[in-house]
Amino acid sequence: MTEYHGSADTALSSAALAERYGLAVSGRRPPLLEYTRRLWGRRHFIVAFATARLTATYTAARLGQVWQVMTPLLNAAVYYLIFGLLLGTNRGIPNFIAYLCTGVFVFQFTQSAVLSGTRSIADNLGLIRALHFPRACLPIAFTVIQLQELLFSMGVLGVIILVTGEPLTLRWLLILPILFLQSVFNAGLAMFMARIGAKTTDMAQLMPFLMRTWMYTSGVFWSVTTFTAHAPKWVADVLNANPALIFNNLMRYALMDSVSSTSLPRHVWLSSLAWSLVVGLGGYFFFWKAEEEYGRG
Amino acid sequence: MADGGGERIPTVIADQVHIVYKIYGAGAGRGSATSALSRMVRRKASPAISEVHAVRGISFIAYKGEAVGLIGSNGSGKSTTLAAVAGLLPTASGSIYTDGQPSLLGVNAAMMNDLTGERNVVLGCLAMGMSYAEVREKYQGIVDFSGINERGDFVSLPMRTYSSGMAARLRFSIAAAKTHDVLLIDEALSTGDTAFQRRSEQRIKELRESAGTVFLVSHNNNSIRDTCERTIWLEAGVIRADGPTEEILAEYEKYMKDRR
Repeated sequence: MTEYHGSADTALSSAALAERYGLAVSGRRPPLLEYTRRLWGRRHFIVAFATARLTATYTAARLGQVWQVMTPLLNAAVYYLIFGLLLGTNRGIPNFIAYLCTGVFVFQFTQSAVLSGTRSIADNLGLIRALHFPRACLPIAFTVIQLQELLFSMGVLGVIILVTGEPLTLRWLLILPILFLQSVFNAGLAMFMARIGAKTTDMAQLMPFLMRTWMYTSGVFWSVTTFTAHAPKWVADVLNANPALIFNNLMRYALMDSVSSTSLPRHVWLSSLAWSLVVGLGGYFFFWKAEEEYGRG
Repeated sequence: MADGGGERIPTVIADQVHIVYKIYGAGAGRGSATSALSRMVRRKASPAISEVHAVRGISFIAYKGEAVGLIGSNGSGKSTTLAAVAGLLPTASGSIYTDGQPSLLGVNAAMMNDLTGERNVVLGCLAMGMSYAEVREKYQGIVDFSGINERGDFVSLPMRTYSSGMAARLRFSIAAAKTHDVLLIDEALSTGDTAFQRRSEQRIKELRESAGTVFLVSHNNNSIRDTCERTIWLEAGVIRADGPTEEILAEYEKYMKDRR
């Protein structure tokens, strides 16, 4: 055994020594404000990472980026075949194709953001272990990827809606605040699920089932109002408070002239703002609380 | 390399560090959704968790301007120790204090394999907190240093098409583009060719001179000898010896010879 020591410092305890020279415990989570500052410093990384990932998604397919547009179109076609033609859930909805496509695309945004958020830590362990950056970059970047995919879908959706005979109105401008609110909501939910998914690896297996259940109660394929009309008031209130339903309805209201403002639940803007604030900030805080644990073990 | 005789400033302090790995899914697969559900409902731990006590109470202090080699047989806890110093592994007990944020360069620290080398350089630099202007300024230097463009335009190919040596060289070049207070190198240089190894040894020297501390894990005793004046020898998760490189390496080489 050979011992190798520096100076009289050996007399001090290591904690005292560390304090004397301003050393900090390795890998400790920074305070929330400092963390937010670092996250803001990585904003270019988030966008560049999302863009690089998105373009890499379809590089293996021969048609390449055409799938960006094909995927949402095929999705809408499948749902139209099943719910529009076979099951006939279009009762009482004037422009069912536009109604359905809006619902499918808007919900898809939340669904894929949450699913990829859940896996964002586990799927990027290599990156996490190689480089130091605020881990919240990952679930946020995956939400940005989904937002970029949604923008492609929205292009397709715009054409579908105009073709099915809806006019282009000033209400379309509402898309911007709606997408902003939904993105904040989705990012919060993705961060929330990222922490749970990083800890409980079984979550990635369960999430598809939970998301499908959520989708069927969010008025994607049929109008929830046909159901709530006969249900007790509290059931209607619970169903109408569903954030996915709120974003669906808002987007339909923005895009489709045949959807009037009377069909929207009351205080719909207020409740969507509340949802995105609570879930966005809450998810961020919840994710930050476990920052030092990601990518370990 | 330290400020000769004057006060030595510690940059890494490890105090009685124990590290225990929890390994999920050893043996059993990921399981079906129903079994996952029933496990969660019954609040039972996953059936296949095993524990590995990889590091058992090690203590050391590293100083500014020092290059420390870590040697030991496979599975002796070298990489685990570095990962813990980098703050990537939690200590089961004991604590590690560091100056600033140490950066770990590992051989299997994959970057984004489906993206091109070019994208990896840009993303790696951005993730380390550089601005676009800095990335533009450093980009050519990184590619030249890695030498991956010596035989054709490899930087515009996805990283999965690289040989392991090329990937390791690019990774090292990205990480070395920034000055680090504490740089931890885990076998990352061993796959590079001799020309690259010479370049990287030169770069490590520069990093040390800009008052950083470098840790180097390697099975190549010569590269330890060339870069480090101090060496820590780990065996089965405990420090077997810690001292001047020449002494420790002599002991270590004798030990390895006897084991054969």
